[in-house]
Amino acid sequence: MLKRRIIPCLDIKDGRTVKGVNFVNLRDAGDAVELAARYASEGADEVVFLDITATVEKRKTLAVLVEKVAKALNIPFTVGGGIKTAADAATLLNAGADKISINTSAVNNPGLISDIAGRFGSQCVVVAIDTGFVDGKWKVFINGGRTPTQADTAEWAVKAEESGAGEILLTSMAADGTKAGFSIGITKTIVESVNIPVIASGGAGTKEDFRDVFINTGCSAALAASIFHYGEISVNELKKYLSTYNIEVR
Amino acid sequence: MIAILKYNAGNIKSVRNALEREGVGCILTDDEKELAAADKVIIPGVGNAGPAMRYLRERGLDRVIKSLKQPVLGICLGLQLMCRWSEEENTGCLGIFDTDVVKFPPSGIIPHMGWNNFTWLNDDLFKGLTIDDNMYYVHSYYAGLCSHTTAACTYMVTFSAALRKDNFMATQFHPEKSAAAGEKVLRNFLSL
Repeated sequence: MLKRRIIPCLDIKDGRTVKGVNFVNLRDAGDAVELAARYASEGADEVVFLDITATVEKRKTLAVLVEKVAKALNIPFTVGGGIKTAADAATLLNAGADKISINTSAVNNPGLISDIAGRFGSQCVVVAIDTGFVDGKWKVFINGGRTPTQADTAEWAVKAEESGAGEILLTSMAADGTKAGFSIGITKTIVESVNIPVIASGGAGTKEDFRDVFINTGCSAALAASIFHYGEISVNELKKYLSTYNIEVR
Repeated sequence: MIAILKYNAGNIKSVRNALEREGVGCILTDDEKELAAADKVIIPGVGNAGPAMRYLRERGLDRVIKSLKQPVLGICLGLQLMCRWSEEENTGCLGIFDTDVVKFPPSGIIPHMGWNNFTWLNDDLFKGLTIDDNMYYVHSYYAGLCSHTTAACTYMVTFSAALRKDNFMATQFHPEKSAAAGEKVLRNFLSL
C-alpha cells in the first residue's frame, strides 16, 4: 500500500538552515546537508528546502547547496523559494532537486506551472498554496503569507492542477506557527477538489495533529518544520505512533 | 565501468550521485562503442515516453540498447521504454518486455507518488530485501503484469514493479531515491 509521507521542512538563508536545532551529535546545526541527512536516517520520506534569502545575489548560493544535497541525500527532496522563471527552476532541477516548489510566482503567472511541467514533467512541479480564512472564505495569500488575494483556495488548486502541477503543498496561515493542529476543513476540501497528491502543512504541534489530519483528510503527506527542528518529536517516533492507529507509514 | 545512457530524460544526475555514494565510477554517454564496452548500463530518467523514444530512434540508440549483452538496468521511464508500447503519446517502444504501458485509472490520485511495498520473485536484484521494505515511486503510467514481471506493486491496480528478460532488467521505482532499501537493489545490480 502507498504510504502516507512525513516531510520535514528546512528554512534556508544564505545557504544555511535558519531555525534553531537542538539535535545532539550534529557538528554544525546550520549545515543543511548534514541536517537533511539526519532526517533521512530518521525515516523522513522527503525533505523540503525553503529558501528565504532576501537578495537575488545571495540566492545564487542555493544551486550550490542543492548540488551538495543531491550528492548526499538518498531520498527525494524539493526546493522552493524565489523561483520566478522556468530558468530558475531549470537551474535547481539540473543541480539535482527532484522537485521545485512555486508559490507567489505561480499565482502571478500560472503559465509558469505549464512552462516548467512541459519541460521537466508534472512530477517535479509542486504548487505551494498559502491559505487564510478571510470573511468566511479560504483565500490565497502570496508574498510569504503577507498579502491576501481575492483568489479562492480551492479554485486556485484546481487551476494549478489543470496547468500541470504534480502536487499541492497547502499551508494554512491560520494554523501556521500556532501548533494548534493542521486546518482539517480546508485540507479536506482541497484533497477532494484535485486529483493530485496534497501535502498538509501549518500548525503541527503534536503527534495527535498528524494522526488527525491523516485520518480526517485524504492528504498524501504532512509537512512540519519547528517540531522536528527543536527535537520535540522525531520522525521515527511519529511514525511509530501513527502506525498504532493503522495509518500506513514507511 | 558503468555507463549511464545519455538522452533527453530528466533526473539522470540522481543515478550518477547514487553510484558515487557507492564509490562506483560511471560515464554518461550516448556513444555506441562506449555503451557496448561498459560492464553495465543504466537507463534512468523521468519524463515523457514520446519525446524520449523519438530521441533514441533519431540517434539509432534504440538498436544500440537492444544489442547490449551486459547487464542493463532501466529505471522508471527507462523501464517503460523497454516495454512494447506506451499509451503516453501512443508511443511504440523498444519491445524488450512483453507488456504495454498504460495510464492509471482517473478515479485515483495521479501520479502514484511516494513509498510503496512490493512482492518479488526469486531474483538476485532483490537479495537481502524484506517484505516491509518500501521503494520510492513517481509515475502516472504503469507496465502491466506479464511473463517478464519479477516484482509487483499495487496502487489502484497491480503492476510490474520490476521486469527481467535475459540481461535486461528494470524497476519502476527509483532505487537511487529509496534510502537503504534502494541502495541494496543498486548494490545487487552492481555485483551481478
